[in-house]
Amino acid sequence: MRINPQFIDKIVKIGLNFQAFFTVGILVAIVAIIFFKGSPYLNMEFIFSSPEDMGRHGGIFSTIVGTIFLVLLSIFVATPLGVGTAIFLTEYTKESWFTKTIRFGVESLAGIPSILYGLFGFIFFVIKLRMGWSLMAGVLTITIMILPTIIRTSEEAIKSVPRNLRIVSYSLSATKWETVTKVVLPSAGPGILTGIMLSVGRAVGETAAVIFTMGSSLRLPTSLMDSGRTMAVHFYILAREGISMEKAYATALVLVLSILFINIVAYYIMNKVTSKYS
Amino acid sequence: MIKKAFTKEHFVKYILIAFALSSLLFLFLIFIFILAEGIPLFHKVGLKNIIFGFKWAPTKGSFGIFPMIISSFLVTFGALIIGAPLGLSCAIYLSEYSGKKLKLFLKPALELLAGIPSVVYGFLGVIYIVPLVRNYLGGPGFSLLATSIILGVMIFPTVISISFDALMSVPKTYREGSFAMGATKWQTIYKVIVPSAKSGILASFILGMGRAIGETMAVIMVAGNALRIPTSILDPLRTLTSNIALELAYATGDHRLGLFSTGVVLLVIIMTLNYVASFAIRRKVLK
Repeated sequence: MRINPQFIDKIVKIGLNFQAFFTVGILVAIVAIIFFKGSPYLNMEFIFSSPEDMGRHGGIFSTIVGTIFLVLLSIFVATPLGVGTAIFLTEYTKESWFTKTIRFGVESLAGIPSILYGLFGFIFFVIKLRMGWSLMAGVLTITIMILPTIIRTSEEAIKSVPRNLRIVSYSLSATKWETVTKVVLPSAGPGILTGIMLSVGRAVGETAAVIFTMGSSLRLPTSLMDSGRTMAVHFYILAREGISMEKAYATALVLVLSILFINIVAYYIMNKVTSKYS
Repeated sequence: MIKKAFTKEHFVKYILIAFALSSLLFLFLIFIFILAEGIPLFHKVGLKNIIFGFKWAPTKGSFGIFPMIISSFLVTFGALIIGAPLGLSCAIYLSEYSGKKLKLFLKPALELLAGIPSVVYGFLGVIYIVPLVRNYLGGPGFSLLATSIILGVMIFPTVISISFDALMSVPKTYREGSFAMGATKWQTIYKVIVPSAKSGILASFILGMGRAIGETMAVIMVAGNALRIPTSILDPLRTLTSNIALELAYATGDHRLGLFSTGVVLLVIIMTLNYVASFAIRRKVLK
């Protein structure tokens, strides 16, 4: 017996509808659970007081500061490196074995899982370069980890700058570097910013690469050589060692909200750019 | 004046070349240092005794990671069994069935969720999935099944986003041609659209696998970390990544070298997967 294809078509449509909303539902549920379980314990005191008794009491202030230090410093190092690489790849060379090798390197870096970054950062920065568990070792490891994202998004942004702008600039006898800094980069700025924000989001949520390089000291880091703890690491330790479920949920909420906020800003900027050029 | 501009241009160019080379340098350093720490033990204990050894007792001179290699592949395939069909059908829904407005909302929403840190997935796995498995199916709850479910959900965004792009890049004329011959929408999808987007979809699965096999923190929390090959989906297990993360903080001497050997094996597996994925994507572009 042959089943009517129109009938199959309807069944499939209903099935796919159901399934798509199921999938999206799971992901929405994750955010909802964190929100409802965490919000009763989240208040100003939690954010602005430092953890006491391994995090059983008090807040998460030192881990927020640790996260901000780690992320800002990593971005500070990775942005010039990443944007510089993107400028070189798009403006200064033609496709050749050299650019292909660099692209291969960037792609390979992007595919390495964070635990291997942790392993590398641990042996290279912490042990061989004798930095110990420190903010410095964490910053350098995270810098390498987010570099591929910044390079790829910057490259896309620079490529999408219309060729005419460059031609006009050259016809006004601007040099290459003048064209890049005064014409190309300002137009590509928002796209580059999107990449930077996405990297910030990734760095904020990172655990495996941070815990073995920056360590997990609960004290407020005051120098580059101090160990410190990020929110993600703090949450991991609270949850894994069963220190306090309430504090764990509240920390997760702060963590997830900051990452969602950062990513939403990134997509907002990106949407503005794409609507500008299309 | 002109000469000055020229020298500055050259200076800038060399700086930029140096920046571009930094990525290669970092990749080189990562390989060198993980290999330099990981390889000596392969010489000392023997490649076979590590890769095919069953016993991991690093303080007593046994460095067998075979159960962990098997476990890593098991959780990865488990994740794929759960994540791939759900992710692909979600991508098909988004590209073929949903309205434009819904598409514009759902795609970025799903990508936002890709940013949720893996520790959060692991935590929710411990709170919700592990007890569910323990109470309804038996065993300790920390298991291959629980890990596969968590990893399956974690690879949703990767699978959806990349196969969606692949489906959307199928030319509109293919669809029109199929409809013109009287095919229904579903016939068009599974006989025309999905086959044309095949390599992109495949790449999304492989990249999802890459994410699953490299995942660490979520796996540590739900897998139970037992040192043997699981015999059922309800058994606890330990993956290559968890092995490194669980013991790195306190390991010394040969024990630490053993963790780097684990890292070498992981690096080789990941690089192979990435190479296959980029090959699949490149073939799509050529076509």
